[in-house]
Amino acid sequence: MKLAYWMYAGPAHIGTLRIASSFKNVHAIMHAPLGDDYFNVMRSMLERERDFTPVTASIVDRNVLARGSQEKVVDNITRKDREEHPDLIVLTPTCTSSILQEDLQNFVDRAQIEVQGDVLLADVNHYRVNELQAADRTLAQIVQFYIEKARKKGELPQGKTETPSVNILGITTLGFHNQHDCRELRQLMADLGIEVNTVIPAGATVHELKTLPRAWFNLVPYREVGLMAAEYLKTEFAMPYVDITPMGVVETARCIRAIQKLLNAQGAAVDYENFIDTQTRFVSQAAWFSRSIDCQNLTGKRAVVFGDNTHAAAMTKVLAREMGIHVVLSGTYCKYDADWFREQVSEYCDEVLISDDNAAIGDAIARLEPAAIFGTQMERHVGKRLDIPCGVIAAPIHIQNFPVGYRPFLGYEGANQIVDLVYNSFTLGMEDHLLEIFGGHDTKEVITKSVSADSDLNWTREAQAELNKVPGFVRGKVKRNTEKFARDRNLSEITIEVLYAAKEAIGA
Amino acid sequence: MTVAQPDALNFDCETGNYHTFCPISCVAWLYQKIEDSFFLVIGTKTCGYFLQNAMGVMIFAEPRYAMAELEEGDISAQLNDYEELKRLCLQIKRDRNPSVIVWIGTCTTEIIKMDLEGLAPKLEAEIGIPIVVARANGLDYAFTQGEDTVLAAMAARCPSKVDNEAEKAERNAIQRLLSFGRKQEEVAQESSEYVDHPPLVLFGSLPDPVVTQLTLELKKQGIKVSGWLPAKRYTELPILEEGYYVCGVNPFLSRTATALMRRRKCKLIGAPFPIGPDGTRAWIEKICSVFGVEPQGLADREQQIWASLEDYLKLIRGKSIFFMGDNLLEVSLARFLIRCGMTCPEIGIPYMDKRYQGAELALLEQTCQEMGVPLPRIVEKPDNYNQIQRIYELQPDLVITGMAHANPLEARGINTKWSVEFTFAQIHGFTNARDILELVTRPLRRNLALKDLGWDKLVKEEARV
Repeated sequence: MKLAYWMYAGPAHIGTLRIASSFKNVHAIMHAPLGDDYFNVMRSMLERERDFTPVTASIVDRNVLARGSQEKVVDNITRKDREEHPDLIVLTPTCTSSILQEDLQNFVDRAQIEVQGDVLLADVNHYRVNELQAADRTLAQIVQFYIEKARKKGELPQGKTETPSVNILGITTLGFHNQHDCRELRQLMADLGIEVNTVIPAGATVHELKTLPRAWFNLVPYREVGLMAAEYLKTEFAMPYVDITPMGVVETARCIRAIQKLLNAQGAAVDYENFIDTQTRFVSQAAWFSRSIDCQNLTGKRAVVFGDNTHAAAMTKVLAREMGIHVVLSGTYCKYDADWFREQVSEYCDEVLISDDNAAIGDAIARLEPAAIFGTQMERHVGKRLDIPCGVIAAPIHIQNFPVGYRPFLGYEGANQIVDLVYNSFTLGMEDHLLEIFGGHDTKEVITKSVSADSDLNWTREAQAELNKVPGFVRGKVKRNTEKFARDRNLSEITIEVLYAAKEAIGA
Repeated sequence: MTVAQPDALNFDCETGNYHTFCPISCVAWLYQKIEDSFFLVIGTKTCGYFLQNAMGVMIFAEPRYAMAELEEGDISAQLNDYEELKRLCLQIKRDRNPSVIVWIGTCTTEIIKMDLEGLAPKLEAEIGIPIVVARANGLDYAFTQGEDTVLAAMAARCPSKVDNEAEKAERNAIQRLLSFGRKQEEVAQESSEYVDHPPLVLFGSLPDPVVTQLTLELKKQGIKVSGWLPAKRYTELPILEEGYYVCGVNPFLSRTATALMRRRKCKLIGAPFPIGPDGTRAWIEKICSVFGVEPQGLADREQQIWASLEDYLKLIRGKSIFFMGDNLLEVSLARFLIRCGMTCPEIGIPYMDKRYQGAELALLEQTCQEMGVPLPRIVEKPDNYNQIQRIYELQPDLVITGMAHANPLEARGINTKWSVEFTFAQIHGFTNARDILELVTRPLRRNLALKDLGWDKLVKEEARV
């Protein structure tokens, strides 16, 4: 047992559901007790989704505990097939069903006989993998399933596209700024003259999957999701892939050069050097920012970075290499992939922290007292407590991290966004600091004649205590309204009764 | 206007495929209510992830709750449950020093049959902190029923007079010291304002201001509230003796009511719940009638409240409302809103205790007849998919639903109100009737403001759900 208040990566089934609900017309059925379907709430809230989340639960209750699911799961699968005609139904185990050890594969096989669409059992173990690993695995599983299906039917398209083309793997729902990143990557590919063959899983149908081998190569922008699928396609079709995250100017250039090398090896004869140079020096503002006086002022400022592998590693490099900021600690909660992270960031920071214990990170931040933090929502709250500004760079995230405006983190526009994020975080901290030195905004007392200022009313102890329970931001208003109410009725003392009578009368 | 059918309420039961919060969510409001408690949820990552996401920002305020996250070794019994729990509880004692640790059993502890009720007394004796066990799991319960399981377990911990004597002397000494004897005078003076009646204890967790309001409401009738289950602190749990009267303030507390009646030999006052001015009046009247008190000025008070609601009533009169059902407040809310002039074709509800909610159901029926509207269909364990088909057919003016369906329904031009807000807002008593209508009318007011833009449907084709 582990005492835990906060967790960075969610349980395995969340990963599977993120993949399933990213595809079009794929439905997930969770084998879960009542209340485990809050994935729908998250998706509906955070992504502000207009459509019903294609996830339902086959409820595990007392009866299931006593007699097993029996027909229930199969019935739920066939019912969903009838109601919504999905191309694929993914039966998703949860922690509860892992312990029940029912033969879910058997349910899937039985249901498959009756339904029009395909049925799959997500192959994830709740106690071994987390959300990110499960997502990676499920994506690979679905890709493999449809490649093999097409191969069996002889429908696998032969050969490559005429012009260079790419599959972008790993864009998912509830992923950090994934939708914006996807648009930015499409734009980048268009600028490079590379056709986008498919993007999976976001917005793809399962029918598109058989066309995956037609692309010249795969691009895996995030370390966490998509690599397994890319590896599978490499073994099956010798498709090369690029797994350099194009985040920050230097890494974007490195990613483009890797693509150039792959394409030239397949006879494309492309040269992107000019493109990289123009973008870097004149189109994107990031390189110019590094040279400007603003950024000079950031030199040697101390920062802590924490997040998932992709974003924490890329951010560490951007801060250290492109802005001259001193990264005192860089960390990740992807413990299962720690070696990769260490290798990526070791030369760019003083200290590496691999942990999914929120308290350990909080303590490290308190100890190091950086000028700014780049972390998840949890680090933002640590920052709030310690008065250190924080830029959010990775999940877990809140609704405010799903902006409607265009905010990629990848590519050249992404580099611009990162500049704003970094610069704003540091100046914010600086402003606060200066205000403190000069003693606040305006030290002169403000003289206003508010209603309560000349109060001759007497609040009883109980009423005062009750008033103090009112949330601070409306307390003044409640106090004024109550006193006005009392004055209108010539009451000299305010008791609890008067306080609530005023509330009923005025609605304040 | 259709004439109300003379037949009784119509009860249905569907498949139970509906969305609701897991009952462990009760820790979020209970740890705030019981200030010296610590809630330990013994479950998996799934439970933790739910709490962290469902409770949003509350989690950052150094919460007095945590997960005892079960690992593979716990599931396969390679680790000793008792030793593991002891280690964590000692850590909690060291860091937070609570007056009580509440263990919340989850689906996982049920399935692996972890004997929490058996382990608790042993560990309690060993570490010297009371341990209360509540099995608030998704296998058996929905959302607010979590509070019910906790309070039912707490009911067993309420002191009786005998074991309170010794403690009382000690407590009074401190109190006297703090108040320099002032408190004593006040109490003596106050008690004369009350009618002589057997002790009354109310049950149900409410925010402190609402506790004050309801207590004052009864005081106006000369009825003294001897205590609340739960109180602000675990150490202040009310005394319960055989023959005490108890009354519930929320519709989802049937297990607590049962525990109080059977275990503590208390007498349950079965009343409608004090939600809405009609409900509050009926609640007070019922309590008065049990104690033989003639209620004073209640009709006027109710009338006043209704009059002050007129601006909101104008907005909803004649409109229809559909409850998808997820928090068991549905019947009381529907009864209030029908009295406000709305119609209600369907009340979805996770679980219906017809005995505990008997008086509330009777008031609902009576309200429908008096308002001349058809009786609603009450659907227990609803099926959300079927409900959405019915919503498409009925096109209600407002749907009270969970967050999973709210945005998709709004995108299809159907007004929704998020049901969970009713659980956290102050909705009890005369004073807060306005707050309920504030919630109910908010989507209507918002959409009224946007009406002329012509963007009510924001999905491309009529999606099939």
